Amino acid sequence: MADKFRSIVFDQSRCLGCTHCMRKCPTQAIRVRDGKAYVNYDRCISCGNCVRACPSHAITTRFDTFDILNGYKYKVALMPSVFYAQFPHINEPELVLNSLHNIGFDYVFEVARAADMLSLLKREMFIIGDVKTPVISTVCPACVELILTKYQCLRDNLIDDLPPLLLSAKMARDEVKKLTGLKDKDIGVFYLSPCPAKVRAIKSGSYSQTGDLNGAIAVSEVVKKLNLVDIKDVVIKDEIKASQMGIAWSTSGGEASNLPNIRQLAADGIDNVVSILRELEDGKLSDIDFVELHACPGGCVGGVFNVVNTFVAKSKIHSLRRTVLQNKTNTTDKIDKPISYYKIPWKWQTTDLYTLDKKLPVALQKMADVEKILKKLPRKDCGICGSPTCRALAEDIVQGKATESMCLVNRYFDENNKTD
Amino acid sequence: MTEIVWRFDVEGNNFELAGHASQQTKSRLKQIGVNNDIIRKVIIAMYEGEINMVIHANGGVATVTVQPNLITVVLADTGKGIENVELAMKEGYSTATTEIRELGFGAGMGLPNMKKYSDDMTIDTTVGEGTTITMKFKI
Ligand SMILES: Nc1ncnc2c1ncn2[C@@H]1O[C@H](COP(=O)(O)OP(=O)(O)O)[C@@H](O)[C@H]1O
Ligand SMILES: [Mg+2]
Repeated sequence: MADKFRSIVFDQSRCLGCTHCMRKCPTQAIRVRDGKAYVNYDRCISCGNCVRACPSHAITTRFDTFDILNGYKYKVALMPSVFYAQFPHINEPELVLNSLHNIGFDYVFEVARAADMLSLLKREMFIIGDVKTPVISTVCPACVELILTKYQCLRDNLIDDLPPLLLSAKMARDEVKKLTGLKDKDIGVFYLSPCPAKVRAIKSGSYSQTGDLNGAIAVSEVVKKLNLVDIKDVVIKDEIKASQMGIAWSTSGGEASNLPNIRQLAADGIDNVVSILRELEDGKLSDIDFVELHACPGGCVGGVFNVVNTFVAKSKIHSLRRTVLQNKTNTTDKIDKPISYYKIPWKWQTTDLYTLDKKLPVALQKMADVEKILKKLPRKDCGICGSPTCRALAEDIVQGKATESMCLVNRYFDENNKTD
Repeated sequence: MTEIVWRFDVEGNNFELAGHASQQTKSRLKQIGVNNDIIRKVIIAMYEGEINMVIHANGGVATVTVQPNLITVVLADTGKGIENVELAMKEGYSTATTEIRELGFGAGMGLPNMKKYSDDMTIDTTVGEGTTITMKFKI
């Protein structure tokens, strides 16, 4: 946990301390102190909400550069379906797919092919019915991280299939090894990421555990590089193998839509995800079998690394599925491996970041102190002190990270009373 | 001994707000680090009691006291009181109107669940004066 890769970094020189990011952070990970925003990286789930909120572009993102390809003999791109939507060529998706060969990749693997396999497996899983419902999707690593750190009681509801990104890395490696006879260490597998959450998960989080992935490059970087290549002249070597089913996963509700007879729910946008997690935690959604969650509005099409507007991208994915691939309702890939191949080889680990203290009696005392301080605060949640709410300020004070004098509203009234 | 008390006013017949007190209690118990299974029991039981005050008693006050080894939830109202406690405790027994049932309440499982999930429950009720239910949960 301590060495979490930081895919979101604050550029203090640009930060105006305006508190926009702090207000939008779903985990209250941001504080503004002495006019600059700071992040508690333990709590940060890399959802990207702060990146969207910052009016002064002070929040930058980190990912691998193309240099990382140099370390490997054979370079594989894992291409998510959102990538298609970044270009005007939605009627010629093969051009987009094959263009990656022109910028240094030896092999291109569609992540949607893994999503296809997972859609089929999930149907079977619900037919067999041997699962703890509601089953929660792991497609969005930001949501998974939120569950593991704040809604721990839902851990066992997380699906135990590999997320599509990890399964595609595994499938791609196996395919390349078979094709080329190369060893694992010579093959570099790189994900073209639409969001900082996936970059972080690949670089240091749970997704790094399988060892199948070697890096993550932002979709925007790849698009930039491709602008130098005229896509029209791309030689078509590979056909699209994925079906409509797998491609649907890139928009909210798509993964769930592959389960026609299942009572399902899809929520997108981190605030909506939080309200669903609260209901799930209370056991209120016990009549739902499958829950799909996306931190980004609209699903992966809403990721901050995409260059095309979320809704335009969504519309493009829709036409790709309904027109171009209208006859491709089924995948050519088959579930030809033992089931364990498709499952996560670890148990999701929970950590607790939100209790006031590890020891209950101490936490209780601190909570009592929080309540006492809170009584003195104005309860306006204005955020000017640099903590997101009055309660958060009271907690910060109790944890020794802030002082009561930081409340400007109280200071204003104190000073005015003095002059009376 | 450290002790913390939260007091919530529960508004009668307000179905929009019903459940608010138990929600607040849940997130605070989490912050104190109370075991998730215990939180679950407290919240389910408290929610039922809260709803009962909303639908049967024209509102009341919910008080939660947390001590290092005990959580006490007191639900006190000045409503119509419970005529036959033994009968009210029976699973499925309910005096809720059809309208209330249409809203999804009144399955007659509230009191039995409160008894089931708490480690100790006492009901103090007088017809025409009100009801005070005290539930204790060991931490
Ligand atoms: N606080 C209360 N005040 C008055 N009557 C109550 C109260 N709580 C419960 N009752 C009575 O006990 C019955 C059973 O309660 P409960 O088991 O919660 O079922 P339900 O609320 O679904 O009717 C209620 O229908 C009501 O007549
Ligand atoms: Mg009831």
